[in-house]
Amino acid sequence: MTATESMTRTEATRPEAVGPSRGSRGLGSVASYVVLFLGALLFLFPFYYMVIGSLQREADTTVAGAVPSGDLTLNNYAQINQRVDLLGSLVNSGIFTGGVLLGTVVFGILAGYALARLHFRGRGTLFAVMLLVQIVPFQLLIIPIYVLIVRSYGLADTHLGMILPFAINSTAVFVFRQFFLQLPEDLFAAARIDGAGELRILWSVALPLVKPALLTAVLLTFIGPWNEFLWPFLVTKDTELQPLAVTLANYMSNVAGRAANPYGAILAGAVVLAAPAVALFVAFQKHFTASELGSGVKG
Amino acid sequence: MTSVATTTGPGRPDTGRPGPRRPRWARLLGRQPLGILFAAPYAVFLVTVFAYPLFLAVWISFHDYFFAAPGAQVERPFVGFDNYAAVLSDPEVRQSFVNVAVFLVINVRLTVVLALVLATALNSVVHGRTFLRVSYYVPYVTASVALVAVWLFLFGQNGMVNEVLGPLAPNPSWLVNSTLAMPVIAIFVTWKQLGFFILLYLAALQGISKELYDAAAVDGASRWRSFLSVTVPGVRPATVLVVILATITGANLFTEPYLLTNGGGPDGASSSPVFVMYQKGIEQGNPDVASAIGVILVICVLLVSLVNKRLLERE
Repeated sequence: MTATESMTRTEATRPEAVGPSRGSRGLGSVASYVVLFLGALLFLFPFYYMVIGSLQREADTTVAGAVPSGDLTLNNYAQINQRVDLLGSLVNSGIFTGGVLLGTVVFGILAGYALARLHFRGRGTLFAVMLLVQIVPFQLLIIPIYVLIVRSYGLADTHLGMILPFAINSTAVFVFRQFFLQLPEDLFAAARIDGAGELRILWSVALPLVKPALLTAVLLTFIGPWNEFLWPFLVTKDTELQPLAVTLANYMSNVAGRAANPYGAILAGAVVLAAPAVALFVAFQKHFTASELGSGVKG
Repeated sequence: MTSVATTTGPGRPDTGRPGPRRPRWARLLGRQPLGILFAAPYAVFLVTVFAYPLFLAVWISFHDYFFAAPGAQVERPFVGFDNYAAVLSDPEVRQSFVNVAVFLVINVRLTVVLALVLATALNSVVHGRTFLRVSYYVPYVTASVALVAVWLFLFGQNGMVNEVLGPLAPNPSWLVNSTLAMPVIAIFVTWKQLGFFILLYLAALQGISKELYDAAAVDGASRWRSFLSVTVPGVRPATVLVVILATITGANLFTEPYLLTNGGGPDGASSSPVFVMYQKGIEQGNPDVASAIGVILVICVLLVSLVNKRLLERE
């Protein structure tokens, strides 16, 4: 228990853990705040501009246009909804992301547990391959994966074809393994002596202790498929199956010219695409900390 | 760890390990063969979407490969290094590799410096941490496609950036300027990914002991001095990781040239190897040439990563 509890503590509880000693604080600290807050504004501005731009009746690129005036409208949202099937695209994004999450949670946890806690032949090899996957990026395999999924298996324009290459997120498996590894061995030995099977140990002993890790990994896994563009773009030609990132990108490069306020419509689409990921992240941001992921990274 | 099971096999002297001899299955499958069952789906997944495609990529690049209807029997003769020769003599491909080199020079340096400085600053403040963390991480969790939409608006011909700059605005404008298009993409990606790298540095900073800073302070080191001589060497392993991951991200560049500069424009000045792979492999139906680009790209990424790792660890 103590292992996970100490891990879930946010950085905020140990603010003085590192950094120069008190003597040199004061002026330097003020400078840190100034730099950090100015940087934060620079980072957030495009998001603010996305929302404001999506609410303006006519595109206004002057500096004054960045200040909300009285004339705000939801018209752009209606525009983009008319041009593309917004709801259908969102459903496709949801199926794509849901499929990946399901695969990662079910098979990823089983694999993470086996890699951390069970001794079986081939464990070392599997672990090495898992690490290798992190270095060889997916984009470099697009041609053979395209050949296999679209040409050999005939899975073009299917949700399955979209999900398959992402079905189990290796980073999540790695995070699961790290967390199972940090639980004390006595816990498992005791449960085994009591005659519990491995599946039962995993379900009722190990899993409840790694709930925070589960959330972190789910969050990390979510942003992958939800934001992915290249693969669903390649595998779906049928607009009825395209997730929102692809629908929006196609709208941006093809038909934007026809809307009354093309930028407004594009930005409205961008807000709809960004909102779910940003909302989830803000809601669970305390799980997205250095200490939680750090234990995975430091391995 | 798997070797544990073999140490008490028959015919060997007992190593003093308590408990009965291991049965034959345990020597063959490991102490908990159930693990094989647990890990099987993931292992199958890795073979089908990673190991086999990796092999296939190399195989395709050495053959005259073209798309055929599923199930059709076609001849795909071995052509040696022909595809590689075609790739290396293609000015479009060379241009895309030069572009990604420009991208990496800007992006990797900017990423390392900004992420380390911001992580150090974040680590030293007490108030407003949640707000600051969320601000820096939020571009990382947002889709490139959504963010590109805003940048198109900001950096367009009549966009707000040019409005602010007035007569200083570059001509031709940012995204259609062959000198500026790639740097704009490099800055976009730095901004988008920085939160993740700040996170890595924050984790690394927790590992530096406070005594080192105290010792530096006793020696009269300034804040800047202790940053250079305690923090920078202290996070060196993380820097190696950041450089390697940023290089991989850069090698993967596709969405930004495709959307932000309208297909690697102007005139290929911002095309990337993955974008050229897409054009040649899927649009023009030459997967063999595209696979050769992919293999060359992987080799380049490995070489660049190795060189960077050596350089960073020697310093």
